[in-house]
Amino acid sequence: MKLFKKLCIITLSSIVLASCSNDDNPVPVNEEEVITTLTATLTPVGGGTTITLQTKDLDGDGPNAPVITVSGPLSVSTSYNGNLQILNETETPAESINMEIEEENDEHQFFFQATNSIATFDYADVDGNGNPLGLEFTLTTAATAATGTITITLRHLPNKTASGVSDGDITNAGGETDIQATFSVTVQ
Amino acid sequence: MKKYLFIVAFVFISIAHSQNCSSKFFGNVHDFHDGSPILDASIYLETIDRYTTTDFDGNFSIENICDGTMTIVVSHLACETKRFEVHIKGNTKYDVTLEHHIEELSEVKIEGKGPAKLTKTSQETHLDTKMIEQYSSLSLGDALKQISGVSSINTGNSIVKPIINGLHSSRIIVMTNGVRLQDQEWGIEHAPNIDLNTAGNINVIKGSNALAYGGDAIGGVIVLKPSNISLKDSLYGKTILSGQTNGKGFNINSVLTKTYKEGWYVSVQASMKQFGDFKAPDYYLTNTSSNFKGFSVNGGYKTFEQGFNIYYSFLNNEIGILRSSHIGNIEDLVNAINSQQPLVIDDFSYDINAPRQDVTHQIAKLDFYNRFKNFGRFELQYNYQNNERFEYDIRVGGDKNKPAIDLTLKTHTIKASLKMDSNENAIYEFGFNGGYQNNFANPDTGIRRLIPDYDKFDAGMFAIANYKLNTKTDADFGVRYDFIRIDAKKFYQTSRWDERGYGDDFADIVIDDLGTQLLTNPIFDYHNVSASAGLAHKFNNKHTLIFNYGLSNRAPNPSELFSDGLHHSAARIELGDLRIKQETSNRISSTYQYHHSNLTVSLEGFYNHIKDYIFIKPTGTEQTVRGAFPVWSYEQTNAALFGFDITVKYYFNDNWSFSNKSSFIKGRDLNESEALIDMPSFKTMNILGYSNEKWFQLNANLQSELVLKQNDFPNNNFEVFIPSTGNMEFVDVSSTPPTYHLLNFESDITLDVSEKTNLNIGLNITNIFNTSYREYLNRLRYFADDLGRNIMLQLKFNY
Repeated sequence: MKLFKKLCIITLSSIVLASCSNDDNPVPVNEEEVITTLTATLTPVGGGTTITLQTKDLDGDGPNAPVITVSGPLSVSTSYNGNLQILNETETPAESINMEIEEENDEHQFFFQATNSIATFDYADVDGNGNPLGLEFTLTTAATAATGTITITLRHLPNKTASGVSDGDITNAGGETDIQATFSVTVQ
Repeated sequence: MKKYLFIVAFVFISIAHSQNCSSKFFGNVHDFHDGSPILDASIYLETIDRYTTTDFDGNFSIENICDGTMTIVVSHLACETKRFEVHIKGNTKYDVTLEHHIEELSEVKIEGKGPAKLTKTSQETHLDTKMIEQYSSLSLGDALKQISGVSSINTGNSIVKPIINGLHSSRIIVMTNGVRLQDQEWGIEHAPNIDLNTAGNINVIKGSNALAYGGDAIGGVIVLKPSNISLKDSLYGKTILSGQTNGKGFNINSVLTKTYKEGWYVSVQASMKQFGDFKAPDYYLTNTSSNFKGFSVNGGYKTFEQGFNIYYSFLNNEIGILRSSHIGNIEDLVNAINSQQPLVIDDFSYDINAPRQDVTHQIAKLDFYNRFKNFGRFELQYNYQNNERFEYDIRVGGDKNKPAIDLTLKTHTIKASLKMDSNENAIYEFGFNGGYQNNFANPDTGIRRLIPDYDKFDAGMFAIANYKLNTKTDADFGVRYDFIRIDAKKFYQTSRWDERGYGDDFADIVIDDLGTQLLTNPIFDYHNVSASAGLAHKFNNKHTLIFNYGLSNRAPNPSELFSDGLHHSAARIELGDLRIKQETSNRISSTYQYHHSNLTVSLEGFYNHIKDYIFIKPTGTEQTVRGAFPVWSYEQTNAALFGFDITVKYYFNDNWSFSNKSSFIKGRDLNESEALIDMPSFKTMNILGYSNEKWFQLNANLQSELVLKQNDFPNNNFEVFIPSTGNMEFVDVSSTPPTYHLLNFESDITLDVSEKTNLNIGLNITNIFNTSYREYLNRLRYFADDLGRNIMLQLKFNY
């Protein structure tokens, strides 16, 4: 019975000690991998108006849809030098994700697609293995005026050696989609 | 032995006569519970080697003994033997109580084939040590599937959650060595953190009738207990070694137990399992390797009247999740569903890469009990559990080795119970429990918390009465009340807060506004009332009928209340709702049992009406920079689940037997008049068994497992615009996989190595024909086939 009492006391006191909770508020999480903004800057090779395509989603995975803007129409039969700027704007100042992608360039690839044949794309940069990356690219518009969409997709861990992938065909790429944005574009 | 003692005693008495001692030792021996006299108990005075027995009134008397301290041994057939010292001075009276209800002593091994059930009027099934050992290298969920009406919901083949009559996760209570498991059981990809090897017995009680364990077990209760300990001086052990072809893995489990007849015991157990990538019939399931390490110590002191138990267990599971199941947005999901095989298939490997889980669960328990004469048994228990869960996703840059989920759940529980069993025709049990739980979500993950920080307080009390109305009829009644308070600190994105419309209903819980985020402090109280009633009537030796009714309430879990945001491992946005109330189940069930020399039949039927049933379903899509994601929201509806479970066993002769286990269940959403999601489909197992004692105790059986296609499912399919093809694509998340049939073989023999050592060799083959199949209740069914053929060899030493 003595043992019984002792055990009771030990148990009760350990509960009392263990139950002291602290009332501090938790700290907010700084989301580190959030991509809020993709900006494609298209500069005409022979000079002219620079066009930007942008998707911006400041609440990340939240319910608000991304805001998509296209600064103006593209010109027919024109080559544009394109580059992509990827930002996390939930932080101040905004954090560029470009560097991370460049560091792991063999694990990333951008894909460019257009409907209505309004444009064609070529990669202008390569990863450490000589496969395309897509932060730099060229866009060539069609010879006839039309409207359509341009879709830019970033895949993480794609199969870069699968058929067609190095030519920019997403069909066999696999991997996970990190960015996907579709822009309505007029070529005139 | 008795004769021998008698002769010795007789001789001694003759000798004693010559001594000059004239004291008398006398008294009465009676039953501990009801005080009734015990006839023919033997009283042995060990010190002087004298002996007598009690008469019809339980009285005994030995005359002409010398004064001094004597060791007395009192024993009776079917009673626990008692040994104590008495100081004799002159005529000394001493009354002895013996425990007569020996079958209630858990430390005494129950002989015979009768199942060791915990309840008399519930739908209960018992798995014994041999059945558990067969699944040593697998999980609790796999072992329980032997029971008709129990199935599982899986994430791959290593994360297996039991389903009882269609219900799982928070609707099932898992008790291990008297402790209610608290291990973030709400998630489908959170398997119970139990090392099956720590259990010697498992009882599964369907429905909520076992109120002593909790009031919210709408699905049922799984009770795991360590192996029985016999009170004798002994040292024994068991080692199980197994190797298998699929996953090229091994399992080792060892238990060593030391017992003393005075009541002390200690048992140490350790286990380890390692598997590489498992294989479907046509390809390796890349990144399905796993690694399990478990360790437990169970010790204490136990006699009939009092005792205590100290238990500690450690379990670490590291589980790789199928690489191909890690997807980005809805387009990846469409690609995965449309592709007939996984998108990533690599060569076999033991590496565990992301996505993976690393979960450590520790339990420390202390309990003690004391029996009071003519009254009952009082028990007090304290336990502490620590569950640490890391989930690793495929991430980029410096975050690669950082967990995406880092949760620590700590739970303290104290409980007390009193069982008044002095009258075996009316046994009453009362209990109280209180608990404190703290969840901490580490903000260093760099990903918004999936489950917020919270404190949970709970207190419950219950009263149960068991009546034996006559030799054929048992009845029981129980009531229980539980109070639960959840006090959380949760950040909401302001946009989500507005989208959910919380601004109107919950403005008062906002404690800080950080611009894009709000810090809130939801405090919710829940009052749950549960009740149960049961009746079991045995018409004769052949027929038994059981009825029972259970009312239970379950408070929403943190996931149902607070989920908000992208669940990376499921590639969907999951939304809880602060408005969710508790759900209420009314379950009626009935069982018919037939028992005859060579045929046993059990038919179990149930109807479970659940008001405000909480479930998650697809409710649309949301656009993000990553593309579109399906949104799954927790909602409530009124639901009905009903079905029946059949177990039949027929012995053709001493060697051959046939058995069938089938279960049928339907789940209906009564508000929408449609099927409920994730209901097990009809399953039937036919088993042809052969056993022969003469051939090294050979047991062999051939199992045919047939699972029909689930045709009753809600159609949650939808169409979504896929930018890279420019088309609207059909997203088939609802269609169920086709019917499948598997053939399995199990066999074992036992060799006596020496007098105290035997070796059991088992050979099991699952999926003999290497059939490709997918199971509806496997969350990875979109991505890959289930397991192909596996050959397992198991060696079991008992020493």
